[in-house]
Amino acid sequence: MSAEPWQTAEIPGPLKAFVITKPIAVVTLIKRAKRPIMIVGHEATKINIDEKKLIDYVIEIANAKQIPIVATAHIIKEFKERGVENVFSMPAIDIANRLKDSEWRGLDGNGPYDLAIFVGLPYYMEWTILSGLKHSAPNLRTISLDRTYQPHASWSFPNLTIDEWRTQLNEIITQLK
Amino acid sequence: MSKKGISVKLDKLKSELAEISNLQLSIGRVITEEWIEPMGPTPAPTLTTLRDWDYKLLQRYKPFYMPYCDVCCLCTMGKCDLTQGKRGACGLDIWCQQSRIVLLACCIGAATHAAHSRHLVEYLIEKYGRDSPIDLGTGVEIEAPITRLVYGEKPKTLGDLEEVLDYVENQITQLLSSTHTGQEGNNIDFESKVFHAGMIDHLAMEVADIAQVSAFGFPKADPNAPLVDIGMGVIDSTKPVILVIGHNVPPAAQIIDYLSETGLMGNVEVAGICCTAHDLTRYNPKAKIIGPLSWQLRFIRSGLADVIVVDEQCIRTDVLIEAQRTMTPVIATTEKDCLGLPNRTFDSVDRIVSDLVDRKAPGAFILDTQKVAEVAVKTALLLAPKRMKFKVIPDAKSIIEGAKKCSQCRYSPCRRACPNDLPIPEAMRQASQGVLDGLANLYDLCIGCGRCEHACINNQPIHSFIIGASERRTREEKFKVRAGRGAIQDVEIRKVGGPIVLGEIPGVIALVGCSNYSNGGIEVAQMAEEFAKRRYIVVASGCSAMSIGMYRDEEGKTLYEQFSGDFDAGGLVNVGSCVANSHIAGAAIKIASIFAKRKLRANYEEIADYIHNRVGAVGIAWGAMSQKAASIASGFWRLGVPVIVGPHGSKYRRMLLGRKDREEDWYVYDARTGEKVYVGPCPEHLFYVAETKEEAMVMAAKLCMRPNDTTRGRAIKLSHYVDLHKRFYGTMPDDIHYFVRRESDIPIMIKDEVMKILREKGWKENVIPDPTLLPRLIKRE
Ligand code: SF4
Ligand code: SF4
Ligand code: SF4
Repeated sequence: MSAEPWQTAEIPGPLKAFVITKPIAVVTLIKRAKRPIMIVGHEATKINIDEKKLIDYVIEIANAKQIPIVATAHIIKEFKERGVENVFSMPAIDIANRLKDSEWRGLDGNGPYDLAIFVGLPYYMEWTILSGLKHSAPNLRTISLDRTYQPHASWSFPNLTIDEWRTQLNEIITQLK
Repeated sequence: MSKKGISVKLDKLKSELAEISNLQLSIGRVITEEWIEPMGPTPAPTLTTLRDWDYKLLQRYKPFYMPYCDVCCLCTMGKCDLTQGKRGACGLDIWCQQSRIVLLACCIGAATHAAHSRHLVEYLIEKYGRDSPIDLGTGVEIEAPITRLVYGEKPKTLGDLEEVLDYVENQITQLLSSTHTGQEGNNIDFESKVFHAGMIDHLAMEVADIAQVSAFGFPKADPNAPLVDIGMGVIDSTKPVILVIGHNVPPAAQIIDYLSETGLMGNVEVAGICCTAHDLTRYNPKAKIIGPLSWQLRFIRSGLADVIVVDEQCIRTDVLIEAQRTMTPVIATTEKDCLGLPNRTFDSVDRIVSDLVDRKAPGAFILDTQKVAEVAVKTALLLAPKRMKFKVIPDAKSIIEGAKKCSQCRYSPCRRACPNDLPIPEAMRQASQGVLDGLANLYDLCIGCGRCEHACINNQPIHSFIIGASERRTREEKFKVRAGRGAIQDVEIRKVGGPIVLGEIPGVIALVGCSNYSNGGIEVAQMAEEFAKRRYIVVASGCSAMSIGMYRDEEGKTLYEQFSGDFDAGGLVNVGSCVANSHIAGAAIKIASIFAKRKLRANYEEIADYIHNRVGAVGIAWGAMSQKAASIASGFWRLGVPVIVGPHGSKYRRMLLGRKDREEDWYVYDARTGEKVYVGPCPEHLFYVAETKEEAMVMAAKLCMRPNDTTRGRAIKLSHYVDLHKRFYGTMPDDIHYFVRRESDIPIMIKDEVMKILREKGWKENVIPDPTLLPRLIKRE
């Protein structure tokens, strides 16, 4: 299945993300990953999905498989307030710059990550950062869990309605648990 | 200053062959030495003269590329797919391609300033004479710090500037040639050339601004430059209005002159958008500023302008189409931007005016500024009563009717076309039910690009709806901005040089660049306010300087009314238009030269090394969008000054990032001993994209730290960094141990907290060196 970038003109080139059509794709990628990490942008604290915020879904996903979280921009306090412990604060561009380095030992010093799950960055900034990783980190898989198609990720949702998105996220959480 | 040639002047020569009178002859280039400072090592550097310095910086701040496109399509062997390590048909890889595009952008930026500068200098020479002096004000002895530093000469007259521009143009040609297929093949060498383009750009900007400040009599390094009006609401709509847009002020200045000469000054409003507006208010503070470049569509469509005069740069290329909708004629005034209009330069004023007033022509292309002025004024006076401020911004009723036609498309083409992903369909839905708040709420966030309208399947004038829904807002948009003051005085530099270099003034924050904001211009004002209150020196230019003025505190005062225009702690300094950015770089250079007495003349590496290690200056280009903004930033990089951009800045496709976790990257020489000393990641990055203003502020405070800070200075800088971090992030920064060199660096208030962290990290005290990256500056016995 093909998908179109959310911002119409952000056409990447020949190499585009596989489209996540079923939550099982994400679940399998996460379960297979040896060293996954989640990179969460500030919009996760602003986007509402029903009564919850996107950040709450993110935390549930991370908790289900003990995935460490990088809170970008200034949102670390939102995670702390929600009692999340396995969270680090780092600018989006800094974590990207480290992820591209195959010799970087990770936030815990235990070695490089093999899967980076992105969510909640401004669309175009996530787009450019994922492009950087697509080109410079061939051993890293990336997933975008945003509601919009991110063509530079390895895997991304297509453009979804809020309802479709909520269903997918809930399903991922259930299956991971 | 060197002269362009041997100047031979013969009043009369009589020989057997001929009789010659008033002969003047110029051959070659000769230095007429009036400057006692000996020539430094790198006068008029070529592409690789400063390559070693660039490599030092690029070794520490490695490029992180974010390809904006996976392919290259620059030659007919392409398109070439550059993904997964593939090379193009010419052998180029994706990294070279990215750095090549960055270089192209910087060449465009530098060429634009150079061409602007060339036009200004030629114009001013014609008007005021080649010998018209360069005079930046009584307090400014180092009139052209960048020219002295880079070109190695000291311009005294307008005529002297021509030769500097010869050099600038030559270098841009060389740089541009290296982007041709099959030239440079190494990305780091491309990056070095990017730095060169930036340095050349700064030179071009300096020439332009010192020429116009000197000849036009703009405020001369005056901290008390007048406060001028800014905003859509400052226009007296009962008068004919001439709108000027662009960056190159002669036509606009000529309009003011013409109005004064004809006694019409109070009868016609002259207002500007973008940097021409800045420079126009520097020329005459009675002129008005509408706003930054994103105000173009909204103001044109408001119908208030009776004539539009465009000069160059950042003008909407559909200005003629838009203006025709409101029956406003457009006068194009530079060769760079003719808009398809017929050249009327040699037609009579009356004929042109009658064609414009009778709508026989949508505009005119006129290269004679005097004629531009006369045509603009006469047309405005005659047309205003006919046009009756005809506007295309709809009223509330029409908006509601229009919104009812919105199909609420499933995949929102309007929203997906919007650079800021604004929730247009939802605002339209509300409007269709008679509630305009949703549309009005988009006013501050809309950058006025018009893309939504082109994307809308029902051709809805969405931007106009947003402006129409904000009618009260626009009427009340009345603010103040301090007119651009130009240079920083030498005496100000003497006063603050010590506190800056020792770290006691926590930093210089330069809020510069365009208005492509992801979250509204108010964020720039909020950053300016925060840092000015913390007694940083805040400087501003261009669209950012305007956005800072378009905001009031609870007492109704704009920031320019709250903070002084002094280049001092807690000052808020508007230097002026884009080309006045050169004074910000100039101030950093003057700190090295005036305060530290480093040799200035053609001594680039040493001065840049000084600035990088000692002057805690950071640029924040929160809405940077243009190629000029790219070249301005790169001029700062070569001086070792870090620049932060807002989220849209990630589209510049390459950052220059340090790695604080790599200890080996952060050693300098101690110039006293020659020892290599670890100084921590100061400054951590050279080009950095921030996601939110909070992140940008915390990062800016951090990037102000320099290896040379005294313990007292470092403690002050650390206290701001920690305080901002705690306020916005709610936590102590997790990298504080990198920035503490000695116990006395730690602010008293947080000593216990920090010492605990340092103990956990196994921190050890270190020496504070006399820092340099240049081995030749080691003062061995
Ligand atoms: S310049 Fe090189 S990479 Fe670009 S299209 Fe031509 S051959 Fe391909
Ligand atoms: S004009 Fe405003 S609302 Fe429309 S696309 Fe541009 S920024 Fe978005
Ligand atoms: S594209 Fe036009 S019709 Fe469709 S949702 Fe947007 S405003 Fe409505």
